[in-house]
Amino acid sequence: MGLESKTGNMGVVTTTLENVVNWSRTNSMWPLLFGLACCAIEMMGAQASNYDLSRFGMELNRASPRQSDLMIVAGRVSRKMAPVLRQLYDQMPDPKWVLAMGDCASCGGVFNNYAVVQGVDEVVPVDVYVSGCPPRPEGLIHGIVTLHEKVKKEKITHWA
Amino acid sequence: MNETLEQIVKDMKERFAAQITEYAGDSTVILTPEYLLDAVQTLRGEHNFNMLIDATAVDYWPDQEPRFHMVYHLYSMLNNLILRLRVPLNGNAPHVPTLEKLYPAANWKEREVWDMFGITFDGHSDPRRIVMPYDWQGHPLRKDYPLGYEEVQFTFNAVEIDKRKPYAKE
Repeated sequence: MGLESKTGNMGVVTTTLENVVNWSRTNSMWPLLFGLACCAIEMMGAQASNYDLSRFGMELNRASPRQSDLMIVAGRVSRKMAPVLRQLYDQMPDPKWVLAMGDCASCGGVFNNYAVVQGVDEVVPVDVYVSGCPPRPEGLIHGIVTLHEKVKKEKITHWA
Repeated sequence: MNETLEQIVKDMKERFAAQITEYAGDSTVILTPEYLLDAVQTLRGEHNFNMLIDATAVDYWPDQEPRFHMVYHLYSMLNNLILRLRVPLNGNAPHVPTLEKLYPAANWKEREVWDMFGITFDGHSDPRRIVMPYDWQGHPLRKDYPLGYEEVQFTFNAVEIDKRKPYAKE
């Protein structure tokens, strides 16, 4: 039994390559697990059944950078962790995005000292910043949806 | 004070010229670095202090001289006693003998003290940093170490600071 006999004649949809690619990228974005502090707990909460990040196509968080295209930096990054963060970012396949979750990842937060990187944008290029200490799961989901909006606006000329 | 502990403290006083202070039922034995190894060996061998709970340090700069105090907490499982040893150290290249031979657990604890305070441990088998990156300069928990404060961006100076902020490239 084919799909046609179940749903009837679905007809033809015309669209642009740009739209199709951006649509598929936004709806199957796999985040890299990068929980570093209390923000990671909220990230788990966003992934769990109450908030259910899977609704936005983020079906599972990968522990491997090779299988993911979104890095959610959840927590403060120490100076010792910074090279690790950059290496994991470099290992991710293109296209890739970075979301700085929480105040610490965005600007150092309350940790204004020698040991903590004052914002991960010093180490990796960040697409979306989510404020909060830590942000609630709604905040993280809002940040991710904002990133989706950004990805949907990407142009075919920028891919190459 | 516990009777057994009283005996031990008295022993320390007589054999290793230790000073004793007591606060809230806890005794502290203040030793000079020369006597440290012998004293700990005695405590471990004769008085059954078979566990090193903690080895840490304090920096009293600029209030006190000598500047550093090396602090050891020993625990006797047999007698259920805790004893604190303190070793005052001069700020100029402070060093104490390592306790690694007596308590293997001292290895990492002393590495951390070296990393944070710059107190050298003579005879330590693996004198690397443990908390900070290996190429780090300085010892952050010293009181004269700068905090590395970065200017906070407010609305009136955000643009100006943003200009000289080092952003990462793709």
